[in-house]
Amino acid sequence: MGKIKLLQGNEACAEGALYAGCTFFAGYPITPSTEVAEYMARRLPQIGGVFLQMEDEIAAMAAVIGGALTGCKSLTATSGPGFSLKQENMGFAMLTEVPCVIVNVMRGGPSTGVPTGPGQSDIMQCKWGTHGDHPAICLTPAYVQEIFSETVRAFNLSEKYRTPVIIAYDEIVGHMRERIEISDPGVLPVVQRPRPACPPAEYLPYDDSKGDVPPMANFFEGYRYHVTGLNHGPDGFPVNASPRIHTDELRLIRKVDSNRADIVKFEEYLLEDAEVAVFAYGVSGRSAKTAVNQVRSEGVKAGLFRPLTIWPFPEEQVAGLSGRVRKIIVPELSLGQIIHEVDRCSKGRCGIEGIHRVDGDPITPAQIVARIKEVM
Amino acid sequence: MSGRYEIRFSGSGGQGLILAGVIFAEAAAIYDNKNAVQSQSYGPEARGGASKSEVIISDETIDFPKATSIDLMLALTQEACAKYYKDIKPDGTLLVDEDFVREIPKGSFKVISLPIIRTASEEIGKAFAANIVAIGTIAAITGRVSREAVEKAVLSRVPKGTEDLNKRALLAGYDLVKRRAN
Repeated sequence: MGKIKLLQGNEACAEGALYAGCTFFAGYPITPSTEVAEYMARRLPQIGGVFLQMEDEIAAMAAVIGGALTGCKSLTATSGPGFSLKQENMGFAMLTEVPCVIVNVMRGGPSTGVPTGPGQSDIMQCKWGTHGDHPAICLTPAYVQEIFSETVRAFNLSEKYRTPVIIAYDEIVGHMRERIEISDPGVLPVVQRPRPACPPAEYLPYDDSKGDVPPMANFFEGYRYHVTGLNHGPDGFPVNASPRIHTDELRLIRKVDSNRADIVKFEEYLLEDAEVAVFAYGVSGRSAKTAVNQVRSEGVKAGLFRPLTIWPFPEEQVAGLSGRVRKIIVPELSLGQIIHEVDRCSKGRCGIEGIHRVDGDPITPAQIVARIKEVM
Repeated sequence: MSGRYEIRFSGSGGQGLILAGVIFAEAAAIYDNKNAVQSQSYGPEARGGASKSEVIISDETIDFPKATSIDLMLALTQEACAKYYKDIKPDGTLLVDEDFVREIPKGSFKVISLPIIRTASEEIGKAFAANIVAIGTIAAITGRVSREAVEKAVLSRVPKGTEDLNKRALLAGYDLVKRRAN
């Protein structure tokens, strides 16, 4: 039995990071993510790690990349406006294949928006926020316990595939407190990045001849190599030629795409005989579960699909679901984002209806119950 | 949602109502081994403005984490009372500070008016202990958490050196309810 605590979502995120072996945090405080930084600021020095408050979010993301290159598992946490600022360097980390974890505690907005209210309107930004074709992994926990375990998983995926991983949850889930069990060491798997077996003189940092994820050397351990945001060859130096650019970008996408079975995670709740399904994540997923329980008690056949991995999108699962139900209802704290992904994967096999709300309050179970009854 | 009990702590930012919610949830979840969720809502201001903290206690899993059908709501200010009372369920309870909430909203809910802030400032000597007095009154009214659990939760969350003061504040809260009942 691990340690039982009453923790905030943001605190559980920090605990998850520490469990995964995170030793470096760089960030810039912003509501509603600040508790992640506060917790790491307190805990990292106690375990010999480093906490840095940078001058802004751009620098914080750059510092995280630097920390990760030296071998530290590295974390930053932010919200909307800060997440926008981090995008360019996140793209750099994707192209240079630097593992790191970025937490986006979603609030309302564009711009400064509603700092103390929940939002889910950055969810497409989690996929397409930085320019160019790029791999994207984004996890969407909804319970404090899940934030802990999904943060561990985020680090694991990041290390395994050498790519940034985003954790996106809303203000409500980030600030709420629930009882959680912090697992004892060894209970949850903790993954380390693939390391080179060759001597430094023979090391090629982006040599993909033996697999899609090249071994990664830590700086200051004798291996020296070039890291650039330009498309590059196996030695890390710029290459501006066909076919390397094309094949290398394909490989970056393939790292995530061909490993969907390992990355995509979801909860299916009472879907076996469901006529109506609700597709929802984060706090909206919690509302949906309460709603589904309520209508089930009245004999209505409804179920819930709750993604814990939103990127890559659970395409196959939603496609299958759309062939089995009459309607999929998509409640989200945005004016319509993830509903388009559900629609794309459903290919017209069932009706899709959204419930959208951006006033700083969550979508209530009553709103979802009413819609389920309407469409039955 | 049988077994689900919803409590809302409301007042002005800075009165320690988020902490009150945290302590209450901790008493239920950690020391009484029930399911509990605490959430909060506040504006961008550091102090002032209406603020609320909610605790849901249940024997079952808690999915939707916010209060929508409130069993008991505490209001320490008139503004918070007016802003937040609408979610109290018809047979719920509205607990208000006797001195600071003079206009009681109409509704079929039960109203209990107690001098929570005055008790903190006069009996305990510190107005800021009103949140702990409130915890005592709510624990006594609802009976949802054991006295032992509440005391442990209070002592684990308050600053060192203030344990005695907070313990007295908690007891004063219990006593307010007892005296009113007699």
